[in-house]
Amino acid sequence: MDYFISEEQQMIVETAREIANEKIIPRRVELDEKNEFPTSILQDMAKADLFGIFIPEQYGGFGGGCFEIVLALEELARGCVGVATSYAASALGIFPVLIAGSDEMKEKYLPSIASGEKWAAFGLTEANAGSDASGVQTTAVLDGDEWVLNGTKQWITNGGESQIYTIVALTDPSKGPRGASMFVVEDGDPGFSYGKKEDKMGIRASATRELIMKDCRIPEDRLIGRKGTGFITVMKTLDVSRPGIASLGIGLAQAALDEAVVYAKQRVQFGKPIISFQAIQHMLADMAIQLEAGRALVYSAARHIDGNPKNMSKASSMCKVFATDMAMKVTTDAVQVLGGYGYMKEYPVEKMMRDAKILQIYEGTNQIQRNVIGQELNKEYAS
Amino acid sequence: MDILVCIKQVPDTKDVRLDPKTNTMAREGVESIMNPFDRHALEEAVRIKEAHGGTVTALSMGPPQAEAVLREAIACGADDGVLVSDRAFAGADTWATSYTLAKAAASLGSFDLMLCGKQAIDGDTAQVGPGLASQLKIPYITCVQKVREIENGFMQVERMMDDGYDVVRLPLPALLTVVKDINEPRVPSLKGKMRAKKADIRCCSAADIMADENCIGLAGSPTQVVKVFTPPPRGDRTVFSGTLEEQVMQLVQQLKTYL
Repeated sequence: MDYFISEEQQMIVETAREIANEKIIPRRVELDEKNEFPTSILQDMAKADLFGIFIPEQYGGFGGGCFEIVLALEELARGCVGVATSYAASALGIFPVLIAGSDEMKEKYLPSIASGEKWAAFGLTEANAGSDASGVQTTAVLDGDEWVLNGTKQWITNGGESQIYTIVALTDPSKGPRGASMFVVEDGDPGFSYGKKEDKMGIRASATRELIMKDCRIPEDRLIGRKGTGFITVMKTLDVSRPGIASLGIGLAQAALDEAVVYAKQRVQFGKPIISFQAIQHMLADMAIQLEAGRALVYSAARHIDGNPKNMSKASSMCKVFATDMAMKVTTDAVQVLGGYGYMKEYPVEKMMRDAKILQIYEGTNQIQRNVIGQELNKEYAS
Repeated sequence: MDILVCIKQVPDTKDVRLDPKTNTMAREGVESIMNPFDRHALEEAVRIKEAHGGTVTALSMGPPQAEAVLREAIACGADDGVLVSDRAFAGADTWATSYTLAKAAASLGSFDLMLCGKQAIDGDTAQVGPGLASQLKIPYITCVQKVREIENGFMQVERMMDDGYDVVRLPLPALLTVVKDINEPRVPSLKGKMRAKKADIRCCSAADIMADENCIGLAGSPTQVVKVFTPPPRGDRTVFSGTLEEQVMQLVQQLKTYL
């Protein structure tokens, strides 16, 4: 289907597709098996300028937005959601600086992100702060001209691999969420270290790790925006980043559908290719319908967000829920179409089904997304 | 370091057919790509430029549509693309091609290093690189798998052999032909693609490069292809099916017929 994307956007799609075909697909099985971070692939993406697509031109980027990220992530996820997640997490990690950082802070961090020389990561989740983000316990206290951070972040994507971390910490614990602020912590800062690296069901090429701040001292100007605006920045960040997660679902589902159709045309049972049986045809048709509906919603939501509307939460959450639930269903059905072969690691759909599950969980579970949508509806119909 | 990379546009090997009537390669409907070995030569040139500074110029001889591979070369990091294209070049063998490329290279100025792919995947001769160096009277090394160092007007490279490699030191300017092991080519960058779209690809005719008309094209080619043919298929093959026991029985039966 033609979504009328610009020539520049088409170049982004082609570049990401070349990365997926030439660099990701040949290595995805090995990275999954070894739980290995795709450092050299991210370097290839950097050389191809993919890290700069959403950074303003004045900082060395291409000046794109949410839709450009969506287009790139869809193609990368067609190759491997684990690798694509590492790219997406870097974008997520730098959004707080883009959204709320001062000009000086942008000048300091954005050029090295645009060139792909440095990667970022986003530090919100803690052991007691998952869906309930207000449970954050990490604190930041100003001591002279330095902030002193204490606390542990959990399940941080790109943890230990990135050089730049955006961290949520309470600057005034008595005020609850209104007492939260965001900070930039850099790899190598005193008192900043990495803890346990997780062993995951899927997206095993991505790194998921604890961040430990023990009397971690950082300069005063590492505060992102104003004190006490941390949660507003978090919410704005997630509004812009969720369509990216949705597009991982689109790319993944496309890859699973491609595998299922190719297999169904080749596999002969009862003397015919199984694609000639209506039971299989209908499954494939439903997969294709859901996928295209998801893609249309994700693209529309991303374009809506790039228009910088007053309220983007509902569109952002809707596309995240629909596309990721769809990806879980389509990858599960792809395994079903391949039958016993689909369950074996020899075929790629087994990994795709494992990779799909996290999409319904991270960057806000799909249950939390439905809460957001419900609350927005409640507001819209007030009066 | 000013580097010249020679690039050929070739039909995609996934789909090579010969026209049985004309004995030539069927080019209609076959996608054209950058010769894969040349992609590695280009990547090495860009890496040397990144490490030592200088320029990378991509040179191709071919029909006007070969401009596409020069744009691709710019997207991959070349600074300029030059196409030598003239009807008079048609039918050139490897000698006439080497002569033409040498005249083109000389007309572009002087280069410290020239890089070529080991061979083109359509003609498979591997003669043009050495031919070009000979025409220009510069030293050359074929099948280079690694550039070890470049220093004080010399370079040290590894030449791939059947069993290991030779380490060779040679003075610049020189020409190298490279094998695929030398590097892993990058994906063209977004900035490169944008530059490639806008780039002016210079097109030179036989007159522009001051080529002697007796040395180019069919007239300047000491060798000519008399016949091209698809070799006859090997003898009949039979694939047995069924269980392993059944297949073995069928094989035994078949063998008995020859006894």
